[in-house]
Amino acid sequence: MAINRETVEYVAHLSRIDLEDNELDKFSRQIQDIVNYIDKLKALDTDLVSPTSHILPINNVLREDIPVSSLPIEKTLRNAPMKNANFFSVPKVIE
Amino acid sequence: MASLHPNTLTAHELLEKLKNKEISALDIVNFVFEKIKKTDPNLRAYARLDAGLKDGQIMGKEGILKGLPISIKDNICTEGYNTECCSRILDGFKPPYDATVIRKLKEAGATILNIKTNMDEFAFGSSTENSCFGPTRNPWNLDCVPGGSSGGSAAAVAADEAIFALGSDTGGSIRQPASYCGVVGFKPTYGRVSRYGLIAFASSLDQIGPITKDVLDSAVLMNVICGYDPLDSTSVNIKVPDYTKSLVKDIKGLRIGIPKEYFIEGMDPEIKKITDEAVNQLKDLGAVCKPISLAHTEYAVPVYYVLATAEASSNLARFDGVQYGLRAENSAVMIDKRKSETDNKLIRMYKATRGKGFGEEAKRRIILGTFGLSHGYYDAYYLRALKVRTLIKQDFDQIFKEFDCIAAPTTPTPAFKIGERSQDPLSMYLSDIYTISANLAGLPAISIPCGLTKDGLPAGLQILAKPFSEEIIFRAAYTYEQNTPWHLQKPKI
Repeated sequence: MAINRETVEYVAHLSRIDLEDNELDKFSRQIQDIVNYIDKLKALDTDLVSPTSHILPINNVLREDIPVSSLPIEKTLRNAPMKNANFFSVPKVIE
Repeated sequence: MASLHPNTLTAHELLEKLKNKEISALDIVNFVFEKIKKTDPNLRAYARLDAGLKDGQIMGKEGILKGLPISIKDNICTEGYNTECCSRILDGFKPPYDATVIRKLKEAGATILNIKTNMDEFAFGSSTENSCFGPTRNPWNLDCVPGGSSGGSAAAVAADEAIFALGSDTGGSIRQPASYCGVVGFKPTYGRVSRYGLIAFASSLDQIGPITKDVLDSAVLMNVICGYDPLDSTSVNIKVPDYTKSLVKDIKGLRIGIPKEYFIEGMDPEIKKITDEAVNQLKDLGAVCKPISLAHTEYAVPVYYVLATAEASSNLARFDGVQYGLRAENSAVMIDKRKSETDNKLIRMYKATRGKGFGEEAKRRIILGTFGLSHGYYDAYYLRALKVRTLIKQDFDQIFKEFDCIAAPTTPTPAFKIGERSQDPLSMYLSDIYTISANLAGLPAISIPCGLTKDGLPAGLQILAKPFSEEIIFRAAYTYEQNTPWHLQKPKI
């Protein structure tokens, strides 16, 4: 798989990260090296193998639907870069 | 007289002295602080020395760890104390709650140090060079890395700047630095220790574990931090044994597999020799050591770098400048004009914040992980890696039908020089080649000191067992340790 500047630029957009010009060049090169290495996985025949996304045999962990207390709003907002009354504040989205 | 320097003692030695009133909790904390003030300006095992040490502040209820200070990696939430994953994007973050392991430590009477240990940003790395606070150095040789990502915790314990510490291990981040620094590092079975309050890197691989001066301290700490937690849906509700009870000096008849794939080309000859000697010692002590094959070992690193980065790219989506940490309103760069024109102000804020807040390795991993999950590549990379993970796990399942545990080197080389691998991510990734499989298969594994190279750098012996068989590991590790001098060696710092 060939990785070029455009691939990295596109994936950076999907990841919501601004990259500097020099980072785009450097990452294209380095990620190409890493992907070449990862491509060795293609040597294995995995058609009949089932995937392991999780190592433990546990599914659908549920608890009783009982209300419990949560963090107080004031504590929750303490680390917010910007807040307004009881809310996190973000740049205006709808013009 | 050793008791004049309580910071050099193990936790269990100090508990004995506290019980006999030979020493006070205040003495212990003050000696640790004195040592930090003296050596940490060079070692940099702690993230923020400028946070100021809170002299003489002893916390703790009555409990088995009462009077002992513990050092905590910067990715484990400590209420009110900076927890920043050594990343600019979490600048100033003080968690509003404690991680479950911290709550358990406090309930056991431990004093949580208010300065956290240094780490690779978000645990992305094997050298602790990727920290926004600068690199930690190896106490055995200040020109070398301490390993990573829990390099701060391992260096602090090795240099007696800590009594004991917590780290986290996603692909070797407890065991590899423990090996490089000559201390004991334990990665518990996946699900044994609650991950609640551990800032997630790769949720299917992460585990918190102890970094200590000897095996007994490791068992003491495991007794405190293990156990089911309803706040972590992957924590397992199985009774936790008293691990100190498995510390018997007897491995007669223990069946130990030695994987031939862990003694490969490119391995440092001194490390090979030291590991061979350690295996011979295990045989002399009565263990039955036989060569085994873990055929898919060579695929562990590529599988890991697809899965761990994919999970990280998803976990790190939460760092967006809204709830905590850094926010950058306007981006200095706008490379992708085509995309940026359609971005609204909120998306521009996300991109600017993440571009400025994440360090280089974090960006590289998020991009690699997003690539592996993106449309058109998901089957070829992510799904394929999940399938090969199954093959790696099956190799171990097969071996553990016939063997009680596996012994192997922790790393292929001793600690490398600072800067040596930082420009070549792939060579850095390969330093985790012997530790990653345990995370992919969810196994418990320990690294214990097993020798020193001619240059005076420590080597580690790794012991792995099947899930929830920590007791076998403790028994084998304790027997080896008590019959060898390596855990008593200390760096001159």
